[in-house]
Amino acid sequence: MSTPDPYAGERLKLSPFHPRQQALNIRDAWTSWNGYKFAEHYYEAEYEYFCVRNLCATYDISPMQKYQIQGPDAQTLLNRMVTRDVAKVGLNRVAYCVWCTDAGRVIDDGTIFRLAADRFLLTCGSPCTAWLERSAYGFAEVEVKDLSDALAALSLQGPTACAVLKKLGLDGIDAVKPFDIRHFSLHGTALMVSRTGFTGDLGYELWIEPDRALELWDALYAAGAHYGIHPYGETATNMARLEAGFIMPGMEFNEALKTVHFEHDQTPFELNLGWLVDFNKPHFSGRRALLEEKRRGPKYTLTKLDVEGNRPAEGGSRIYGNKRCTKAVGYVTSAMWSPAAKANIALAMIRTEHRQGALWAEIYYEKELRQYSRVAKCTPLRKPFWAPPRARATPPPDY
Amino acid sequence: MSRYDAIVIGAGHNGLTNAAYLAKAGLKVVVLEKNDYIGGAAVSRELHEGWTYSNCSYVCSMMRQAIHRDLNLSRHGLILVPYLGTINFGQGDERLLAYHDEEAAHLELKRHSPRDADAMQRLQADLTRYSQLIRKTLLRTPPDPASFRLRDLGELLFLAKQFGALGEREIYEYVRFFTMSAAEFLDDYFENDLVKASMATPGIIGTALGVYSPGSAYILLHHVMGDVDGNIGAWGLARGGMGAISKAIAGALAENGGEIRTESPVQRVLVQNRRVVGVVLDNGDEVRARVVVSNLDAKHTFTRILDRRDLPEGIYEKARHFKIRGSSGKVNIALSGLPKFAGVPDNPHLNRGGQAFIGSMETLERAYDCWKRGRWSDEPFVESVIPSAWDPTVAPPGKHWMSNFVQYCPPTLADGPWTPEKRERFGRTVVDRVAQYSPGFKDLIVHMEVRTPHDIEQEIGLTEGNIFQGELTLDQLFFNRPFPGHGQYRMPLRNLYLCGSSTHPGGGVSAACGANAAREILRDLRRPNTVPDDDFHDE
Repeated sequence: MSTPDPYAGERLKLSPFHPRQQALNIRDAWTSWNGYKFAEHYYEAEYEYFCVRNLCATYDISPMQKYQIQGPDAQTLLNRMVTRDVAKVGLNRVAYCVWCTDAGRVIDDGTIFRLAADRFLLTCGSPCTAWLERSAYGFAEVEVKDLSDALAALSLQGPTACAVLKKLGLDGIDAVKPFDIRHFSLHGTALMVSRTGFTGDLGYELWIEPDRALELWDALYAAGAHYGIHPYGETATNMARLEAGFIMPGMEFNEALKTVHFEHDQTPFELNLGWLVDFNKPHFSGRRALLEEKRRGPKYTLTKLDVEGNRPAEGGSRIYGNKRCTKAVGYVTSAMWSPAAKANIALAMIRTEHRQGALWAEIYYEKELRQYSRVAKCTPLRKPFWAPPRARATPPPDY
Repeated sequence: MSRYDAIVIGAGHNGLTNAAYLAKAGLKVVVLEKNDYIGGAAVSRELHEGWTYSNCSYVCSMMRQAIHRDLNLSRHGLILVPYLGTINFGQGDERLLAYHDEEAAHLELKRHSPRDADAMQRLQADLTRYSQLIRKTLLRTPPDPASFRLRDLGELLFLAKQFGALGEREIYEYVRFFTMSAAEFLDDYFENDLVKASMATPGIIGTALGVYSPGSAYILLHHVMGDVDGNIGAWGLARGGMGAISKAIAGALAENGGEIRTESPVQRVLVQNRRVVGVVLDNGDEVRARVVVSNLDAKHTFTRILDRRDLPEGIYEKARHFKIRGSSGKVNIALSGLPKFAGVPDNPHLNRGGQAFIGSMETLERAYDCWKRGRWSDEPFVESVIPSAWDPTVAPPGKHWMSNFVQYCPPTLADGPWTPEKRERFGRTVVDRVAQYSPGFKDLIVHMEVRTPHDIEQEIGLTEGNIFQGELTLDQLFFNRPFPGHGQYRMPLRNLYLCGSSTHPGGGVSAACGANAAREILRDLRRPNTVPDDDFHDE
């Protein structure tokens, strides 16, 4: 009899795709996500980032939280919970959403898939069972089921993504529009494909039962062999999503239910997501607070910045309204040098009333152990740093 | 007759950059290009159905990021993708794999020589230090050390400061460096022949010098001082081929209202009262402008499109003797599959990089000896990349495009001029060289384009097919480029400027020559400067 592993309770879980990912993670660069062993990178972060922008690459989204919400009250429940009007989400369509506390502070963001009139899939970064149950109070005819471990998912992103899926034999994939869902069969198993992603580029997400995950992986990698397919990890994802201007929990927003300090969480308006808030639909959590916020304007506004020079304004750089750095007006949430846009980009929370004025970032950096700082001028941008036409084109180009 | 503020002769990437900055300043600009396509030597064309060849320059590292950013070249479709390691092929089974990962590369070097593995770190630090100084001069006009003009003195002071910051010892090292051979320089670091040879090859690329010739150390530096996104020494591919760089710059030019006329070869530059006033095209049309900027090399400009009688004393002679010897060939090959190389693991990260078919220090020097005697070596140095392994746009899925740069290849042969038959034999030599390390390589060949210096000159106009528009030796560098006393883009005829890589900082698809020339032209025309300062990653 073998000795039971005394550390079993602390060990990381393995994704259904793990055996293949392990073989390709040649530098053993692992981190974790929701208790799963998760690649920080496989070979090199920048290399993988360029696979996303130049070829195509896969990202394991199995550790994401997935909930099935089913029943006659499913739509009402979701509509009561999220700020967007779920009634407007058509069959086999996906909608990006946020949900808030009664104070209008963002709990999390995620996507809602309408799979039937009375059946939805909700995906999000952090576990959300408790909030879903609270939101379900008073709705008798709805069942919430956690599918997190029961559904494997792989994101395929990059300019050759559609060509690879065509090669995989998914007929009609090129007619799938952004945020569409299409159901296919892969060797007799149901394969759901949504044209969604977190990179701002052409891309799809593939959903399959965990037992068939490796079969999907092998078929996909065989189809992608001539299209440069490669896995990418957390670092490359973070680069791509920042170029696309997408927000991350723990970076741009602090999940409201985990926030200790007053207003250290954010509202959708502060996150520049006012377009997700629909006051014309029935009541939803946070409605009253958000109406008030809309009237008086958000305290902070998430702003895309083009930063002078090429030192990324990392590490929570402060933003000032003057070059002498005496008037603090905000802080940087994420920053990087963008290889694709060839720009020094940042997302920053800026006091709304100072957004129109001059903005300066105080950037700290190290050079061979010595510490330096510089003050760089920032220019607010309206559009994402990276938004290639192929991301919206239907049919998309082959590369 | 049309009238412009500026005419730029030649739609190479520097000509386009120059025109874009002049147009950005509000000038009415036209670029006149002899070919029916733009790009000069930064060009990509479908030369075999389904395959896009970048049949001259093929990789990119010196492109000034500040220009890329300032002209919004990303928005005009340019994306530069760094490529990974190189496989260096030595004698017989000898391989030196230049892994992208530093630790892996170190272990691989250790296999050849533990001492060299350690020395590599010192070499990299030294090269980075040398590079950083030179990089600071790329997007600046060289000072004229004899003028005593305030601006030149200021610029000299800037240089003195940069030098001073290196420390006293480095000043001596620098001076040595510019006159040394690549071999002598590397002798101080390495004992293993293949390690040395693989580091020495950048010292001969595009150059009529051997690894043992004084001056080749600088060429080595010239090839490692570029960067991709701040990673000094890294090389990248332009998605869509090198032509994507020219296309993006042309996009920026169009955005600023500039005009390009293809199939418009300039026959002659018009000079009246010692001033340049315009150009005459081959078809007899006259185009007039306040300034004429030549993107052609210095020799071509002064000996072929200017009338000798219009030139001030001495210039014709200087141009005629401008050192612009042709020394490189190129074999572009369409392949039906990815070649496999003997003795190399089937590691996709390695096989997506480049290949250097070297042999040894002696093979490199012998190849140079052949060039001197007007023939090509049976074992030429071939630097290859397979861009299609990285770039899905240049070959059909599963098929590949391989660029083979060949050093050396003479501009004319000892036994008479190039003929199609000789060219074919040269191509076969190169294929044999690759096949020596890749059995089965020949079976993959679908189509092949062989380019001798003669072909490059005929098509692109580069004198002798010299890829740098003039050699990068100390006598022709910095304020001496192209000629002593004319290092600031203004030529000794009023209203005539040079903007190609015959000027500082030389060849390498940096766009700096064109931008620097634009800065000087705008100054002379009393227009506000539109050319950005360089961005040094706070080096």
